[in-house]
Amino acid sequence: MSNLLKGNKYEWEIVIGLEIHAQVKSNSKLFSNSSTAFGSKPNSQVSLVDAAMPGMLPVINSYCVEQAIKTGIGLNAEINNYSVFDRKNYFYADLPQGYQISQYKFPIVGEGKVSIDFKDGSSKDIRIVRLHLEQDAGKSLHDQNPTKTYVDLNRSGVALMEIVSEPDIRSAEEAGLYISKIRSILMYLDTCDGNMQEGSLRADVNISVRRPGEEYGTRCEIKNLNSIKFIKQAINYEAKRQIEILEEGGIIEQNTLLFNTNSGKTRPMRSKEEAHDYRYFPDPDLLPLEIDQKVIDKLVKSIPELPDERKRKYVEEYNLSNYDASVLTADKSVSDFFDRVINSDNLLKDSAKIVVNWITSELFSLLKENNIEIAHSPISPEHLGRMVKLIKEDIISGKIAKDVLIEMFESKAGPEIIIEKKGLRQLTNTNEIENIVDEVLQENKKMVEQYLSGKDKLLGFFVGQSMKKSKGKANPKILNDILKIKLSKKN
Amino acid sequence: MKLDTNTINKIAKLARISLSEEEANDLLKDMNSILDWVEQLNEVNTESVEPLANISSSTLPQRKDEAKDINSSDEVLKNSPDKLEGYFAVPKVVE
Repeated sequence: MSNLLKGNKYEWEIVIGLEIHAQVKSNSKLFSNSSTAFGSKPNSQVSLVDAAMPGMLPVINSYCVEQAIKTGIGLNAEINNYSVFDRKNYFYADLPQGYQISQYKFPIVGEGKVSIDFKDGSSKDIRIVRLHLEQDAGKSLHDQNPTKTYVDLNRSGVALMEIVSEPDIRSAEEAGLYISKIRSILMYLDTCDGNMQEGSLRADVNISVRRPGEEYGTRCEIKNLNSIKFIKQAINYEAKRQIEILEEGGIIEQNTLLFNTNSGKTRPMRSKEEAHDYRYFPDPDLLPLEIDQKVIDKLVKSIPELPDERKRKYVEEYNLSNYDASVLTADKSVSDFFDRVINSDNLLKDSAKIVVNWITSELFSLLKENNIEIAHSPISPEHLGRMVKLIKEDIISGKIAKDVLIEMFESKAGPEIIIEKKGLRQLTNTNEIENIVDEVLQENKKMVEQYLSGKDKLLGFFVGQSMKKSKGKANPKILNDILKIKLSKKN
Repeated sequence: MKLDTNTINKIAKLARISLSEEEANDLLKDMNSILDWVEQLNEVNTESVEPLANISSSTLPQRKDEAKDINSSDEVLKNSPDKLEGYFAVPKVVE
């Protein structure tokens, strides 16, 4: 699969690195005990530490430290026993301290990697440079008043994990897969709620283009994207913009950009021109963070089964394809549902692929139409498992099963009840099917003649008519066999 | 290391301090003499010495993840020269 982008003159390679900001799922902030609850009254969760009143001192939240370590373990990364908090200095209305407490030279987590899976079954590793802990800033509202900006400091001081990737990403699609993978790992670990709409997970995208084999080009950074769709749009727009400039003989100016979600375009940020000089230095209010190896070892043991492990299990034990397995495991609640279906009956292990198809096609579309999360599915995993078994045992056909599934969704009843009540049990009695076939052949004598004179395609017509007569209940295989025998006898 | 007025002006700009030319010149003199004074430390050979982050033997104190309901709006907005419906109102920062 080639990722090259065609310009008017040349082919170009996009080079992308992502900085993902993931909010730690904690009750209180990184250095103060105010609440992190989303959607509270403006400025109601701002302690004197968060408001940077003189004399206030930060005290670190040990839980946030543990969550950062767990996430590092989940990213297959080194955990650093020694890390340091630094001040990143800049002025902005939503940053009362005049600096953000972050980690610069000595982050809590070092190099790691995650793997992303493509539709064709191949996968690719994306290297992680580091993960560090830092404070979030407040929220500014710019569009409420022509001359004022309104500031809410509730978010100020909330713990963020910044996850920085190497520039290993080569397309918008890969960027989407990468952020989905990080999100899924965070949600399995339960260290971040992964809610992109509420801003719990957002990304800055560093992007440049080059002709294959050349050195990296000058990069631009697109700030603060909070949906996978926007990330992909922004990358595609920005890559084209850079290619156009370069092909016309221009040069790319290193810039910080904003993405306008309405117009789908990027534009340079105006206000932080002077902000690139952050003058990092160790925060004198905070001693270095030293972590005992025993704490790390204990956290390693607490790590739950992660998406890649589940994926391996699905591929090796249930014979699923790499892609099917990655679709299932991307969302923990989907994977949990699938596990419950499979575990509800030992015989279903051999039918895993059929179970996957029912979940990802029929069940997903029913859930989507009704805007229901899979965790609250009206069809329980056990009921779905029993339905698949009924198909396997030829009690109902796959076609009838679709109607049964809709009934199950609406009534929350088990499949057996619906099948009995509606008389949907598949017809496997050969005598009955023979009678139906006889009738159909009797009613369509002309067609039978045509068939016998070589129009083989008409077999489908007879199957359809017979099926219709049986109200869809005839076992398709038996029906086919009987039809063929009866027709050959007429010859 | 010697500073020049450009550096002084850049530092002032980063710190959002406005300086007259005279003030900048005074500060240049002061800061250079401070730097000279600190530079004496370079006379000590520190090649095999780890940087010292902490002179006490204490470690970073940590707290539990417990949130306190503080309902701080009134108190935290008390010093604000301008506010609206619980928000700080500041001169427009254009984005």
